[in-house]
Amino acid sequence: MPHTIWVLVELENDQPTRSSLEVLSKAAQLGNAEAIVLGSAAAEVAPTLGEYGAQKVYAHADAAYDTYLTLPAVDTLSALIKEHQPSLLMFATTYDLRDIASRLNIRDNLGLVTDATDLSFEGDTVNVIVPWGGENLVTATFPQGVGIVLTRPKAFPLERHEGTTAEVVTLNTPVSADAQKIKVLDRVEVESEGPALEDATVVVSGGRGLGKAENYHLVEELAAALGGAPGATRAIVDAGWLPYSYQVGQTGKTVKPTLYVAVGISGAIQHLAGMKGSKYIVAINKDENAPIFSVTDFGVVGDVLTILPKLTAEVKRRKGH
Amino acid sequence: MKMFVCIKQIPDPNTVVSKLDPNTKRLVRSGVSLVLDPGDESTISAAIKLRDTIGNSELIAVSMGPTSAQEALRRSLAMGVDRAILVSDPALAGSDVMATARVLAAVAKKEGADMIFCSTESTDGYTGMVPGGIAEFLGIPQLTFAREITVEGNTATIKRVTQTGYQTVETSLPAVITIASGTFEAIYPTMKGIMSARKKPFSQFALSDLGIDASQVGEAGARERVLNIGKVEARAAGQVIKDDGNAAQAIADFLQRSQLL
Ligand SMILES: Cc1cc2nc3c(=O)[nH]c(=O)nc-3n(C[C@H](O)[C@H](O)[C@H](O)COP(=O)(O)OP(=O)(O)OC[C@H]3O[C@@H](n4cnc5c(N)ncnc54)[C@H](O)[C@@H]3O)c2cc1C
Ligand SMILES: Nc1ncnc2c1ncn2[C@@H]1O[C@H](COP(=O)(O)O)[C@@H](O)[C@H]1O
Repeated sequence: MPHTIWVLVELENDQPTRSSLEVLSKAAQLGNAEAIVLGSAAAEVAPTLGEYGAQKVYAHADAAYDTYLTLPAVDTLSALIKEHQPSLLMFATTYDLRDIASRLNIRDNLGLVTDATDLSFEGDTVNVIVPWGGENLVTATFPQGVGIVLTRPKAFPLERHEGTTAEVVTLNTPVSADAQKIKVLDRVEVESEGPALEDATVVVSGGRGLGKAENYHLVEELAAALGGAPGATRAIVDAGWLPYSYQVGQTGKTVKPTLYVAVGISGAIQHLAGMKGSKYIVAINKDENAPIFSVTDFGVVGDVLTILPKLTAEVKRRKGH
Repeated sequence: MKMFVCIKQIPDPNTVVSKLDPNTKRLVRSGVSLVLDPGDESTISAAIKLRDTIGNSELIAVSMGPTSAQEALRRSLAMGVDRAILVSDPALAGSDVMATARVLAAVAKKEGADMIFCSTESTDGYTGMVPGGIAEFLGIPQLTFAREITVEGNTATIKRVTQTGYQTVETSLPAVITIASGTFEAIYPTMKGIMSARKKPFSQFALSDLGIDASQVGEAGARERVLNIGKVEARAAGQVIKDDGNAAQAIADFLQRSQLL
């Protein structure tokens, strides 16, 4: 019997998020993927979820899920789990899905593994792979059966099968008043120019080696010349040079661009955790022993302040051809 | 109000490369220097600030861990926390998220709590799953990823960090509140703080004090099992050159060779 794997799909601006679709694509490879989608746009997105591998979509089009965080979703999922008993739940690691998982595992006494990069079934056992501390790969499982796996951003590629459709199960049990407790009063989006860090095919990140905040424009200019997005280490985010949204790493964003350029970055394990999956890595650092050089395809030992302006000019010149 | 802050002692992230013991499959703690989680320092500081703003409130630090975790609690007292509780029991070794949340929730229940502060995620485990678990055990709401908190009467309102900006979120107390990393400056203990910490109340609980059965926690209660620990395949290091004045050209050449330009 194929395993039934549930993916809770997150909506943003009435669309399924890319991270949820990535997880759904993976679930469809592992077995019988089913999506749960909650929120006012739930019904409209069901066809898209079919294309990304969901055989069945449980959709509850209720605006209460948009306004009230966590509790309505936990109630609904918990009731569905009792009724249908899936083999496994897979969630993307995002702010809202993390909050939901943290309660659901307790309520339904499910196992829980976070930060996974891969998983597979061996008979009825699911093996979950979790990279740990830069060099270890831990394989974990759920001895009691059902569990929730939170997967790392960008762990799985999108896989779309045009034309495939899902059976849609429309949910209509009203959201209880008790669950309407954590209320979102407003949402503020912080504007940024150019492509979003997570989606950019080129990322140029700067670190403390830039010396001071006023030099960060050198990073932005190279990023712009390469058609990419600028990023940063936690050191310079904590120093107040840039907002948190620029941070790449274990406690920031995970990026997987075609090209990652690290300038004035030492290459701490926590930073590497967010960019090691990049296809090509280029680094400039004045210290030839900087750990960043252990992951670079092309490294330059030198001063970023002299090299960056020349490199930006050279990229522009060659692109001009 | 009665406020709790949950804190943890961890291997010093600035000096220790955390290791897993291949036999017990747990974090190696012996022979490494242990510190109060730096994220928790910032959370404690946020809670102290709020306690002082609200007034007429008590702030209690709680930790579940081995006896060495007393040190972390003492530091929180020196920073300005009013009293400390350590939950320590041999049966707790190997506890998973559910067991940890069960224990911390039991302490909050025993003592009564209006607000329970946690860090959004711990620095060593970074699962970020314990705070929501505490809230679920207590049947109360949680406010997460807070970078600003205000309390008025029975309502807590936070600015919640999101992937693309922030949200304003409110709930009624009692509640669990998690603090986003790096948003509150850590208070540095003064000499006076360190001295007065010695006189502050410090209690220690075992599982039996909380009415929790040993089968529900530790390795016995864990719903996950580590099967094995392997090694990550290292990324092969490429070419490294020294800048002789032509590094910009050399990088551009590399980008062109790799069809990135
Ligand atoms: C729990 C935890 C989570 C963390 N999460 C993250 C995270 O998500 N992201 C993250 O980035 N960090 C994270 N960190 C911090 C991380 O450990 C490092 O401290 C941080 O990445 C260092 O940033 P940096 O490389 O900019 O600074 P540094 O380590 O100070 O490195 C600066 C580098 O610049 C070089 N340099 C100096 N001057 C020049 C020059 N003129 N030209 C060229 N090179 C120069 C130096 O040789 C040095 O290698 C985390 C830490 C912890 C404990
Ligand atoms: N053993 C523990 N004792 C006290 N607090 C804890 C413990 N484990 C986790 N916490 C709290 O929960 C937060 C998140 O931890 P985690 O879910 O492990 O990432 C921590 O920063 C603490 O505030």
